[in-house]
Amino acid sequence: MSLSVRLTHQLPRFQLQVDFAVPAGLTVLFGRSGSGKTSVINAVAGLLRPDQGQITLAGETVFDSARALNLPTHRRQLGYIFQDARLFPHLSVQQNLHYGRWMRRADPKLHAHVIEMLGLGALLARRPAQLSGGEKSRVAIGRALLSGPRILLADEPLAALDEARKSEILPYFERLRDEFNIPILYVTHSPAEVARLATTVVALENGRSVAVGTATDILGDPTITPLGARSAGAVVQAVITAQHADGLTEISANGVVLFVPRVPGQRGQKLRVRVAAHDVILASTPPTGLSALNIVAGSVVDIRVGAGPGALLALDTQAGRLLARVTRRSMAAMGLQVGSRAYAVIKTVAMAPEDVGGMG
Amino acid sequence: MSSWLGPDEWQAVALSLKVAFWAMALSLPLGIFTAYALARWRFPGKALLNGLVHLPLILPPVVTGYILLVVFGINGPLGALLARLGITLAFQWTGAVLAAAIMAFPLMVRAIRLSIEAVDPKLEEAAATLGATRLWVFVTITLPLIVPGIIAGAVLAFAKAMGEFGATITFVSNIPGQTQTVPSAIYAFLQAPGGEPAALRLVVVSVIVAMGALLASEWLARRAAKRVQGV
Repeated sequence: MSLSVRLTHQLPRFQLQVDFAVPAGLTVLFGRSGSGKTSVINAVAGLLRPDQGQITLAGETVFDSARALNLPTHRRQLGYIFQDARLFPHLSVQQNLHYGRWMRRADPKLHAHVIEMLGLGALLARRPAQLSGGEKSRVAIGRALLSGPRILLADEPLAALDEARKSEILPYFERLRDEFNIPILYVTHSPAEVARLATTVVALENGRSVAVGTATDILGDPTITPLGARSAGAVVQAVITAQHADGLTEISANGVVLFVPRVPGQRGQKLRVRVAAHDVILASTPPTGLSALNIVAGSVVDIRVGAGPGALLALDTQAGRLLARVTRRSMAAMGLQVGSRAYAVIKTVAMAPEDVGGMG
Repeated sequence: MSSWLGPDEWQAVALSLKVAFWAMALSLPLGIFTAYALARWRFPGKALLNGLVHLPLILPPVVTGYILLVVFGINGPLGALLARLGITLAFQWTGAVLAAAIMAFPLMVRAIRLSIEAVDPKLEEAAATLGATRLWVFVTITLPLIVPGIIAGAVLAFAKAMGEFGATITFVSNIPGQTQTVPSAIYAFLQAPGGEPAALRLVVVSVIVAMGALLASEWLARRAAKRVQGV
């Protein structure tokens, strides 16, 4: 494991208690705002000293309360991409990118690759004040990468950007995950980012790490809803099979044909589609005469009933696990229970483009 | 200028400039350190240090001068120690430097502390994540960003040191050519019959130096701020 974290820490409103390991790839720390995600990542960086616990980075213990060991931030050899970029205003882009190299030697090939990948060549002579929000984000990513880190930490790096900038920066994190051999710990409260980026998900609820698993497993589990049942949604793995002239992309999820709003990409390209639970309608018999293009048969494997009028049902289908949010009343009327056969109806246009993305 | 000013007056101006320059230059490193400690660190006795730094601002200058005389006089505890090293401060121009530096210190620390507090600690954190030690963060991030504040503090201290009177005259007296700074000289000229024209000329010099220092600092600080913000 490249990083393992076990800690308890008293925050003003609740106690943080997490225990998880970060394997290779991109691990998302997923939870609602104020669930203590940033405190966890800051503890890894050494910017926050936890009350108790142990943090091990690439085999080296960097924090251990039992041994009163707390390695200072500058000796942890990590890269941190902050939500607010935090570029040094008095230095040029080039000097910002090189700041970490004064302390640690980075591979010159890496340097060229990073500048090329992030498209920073034309910006090198500028000052941060002359950059747009998206450009600042790219420089911040490059600066962290070029410091030769053993792990990359990213704290909601897209949260401060508008939608257009988000979709501009998101692919860079996909490339980071796929092209660099550096584990990434990524904090977010956006299910769309989890669906697109996560190799592994650590779900955080009320300051506790409640589950660790793949994006498909965690997002498809109705009992794990860090953002509440309203925001639940499963992830389906698929591959592009055709692009249609009417603006739809035809994809195949394990042989099940689905239509989604246009996704740029070649035939055969793999992607992940997040299907929000509130966009799924259930039928007990095969529906006919519907405008919806996507109908998937499956069986109910789990039901979660909360205090409100809704229920969250997990459906195992040939396309993969799906979540559906329906009222308890219609569930009773349809006689749905674990083991029931059901048909999931997914409205094509309801699938948001930002929920559909490449995968590694 | 030396023809317009009499030799005594010229001597006082030159001495004042020398005293003010050294008072500013020698107290600057300690001023930056103190400002940093007060702005960024938490330590026991911080309120006490803060009070001590600001004390000369509120004490009557005569009291500060007298304390200096007691402590740094030839028979004072520190004065005796320094005398053994061959350094005497009382009734020397070096003593005038000490008095001026102490009187100007609160103004210098205040200006620099404000500029340090305006530096986002998040930038310093970011530098640490990139591998920079505390000292390196200070040298490469904090210090360049507070240059405008340092300039402002230094000029303020210089101007205050130029005008220091009460503590100086109490600690080092008013010896022409040795410890007679511009304010002391003005005071002396006003005490003597027919000294008013000389006093007036020194007043003009004081105003010119003070205004010049202020304008220069404004210009330098603006230039530094521009460079720092990169606009």
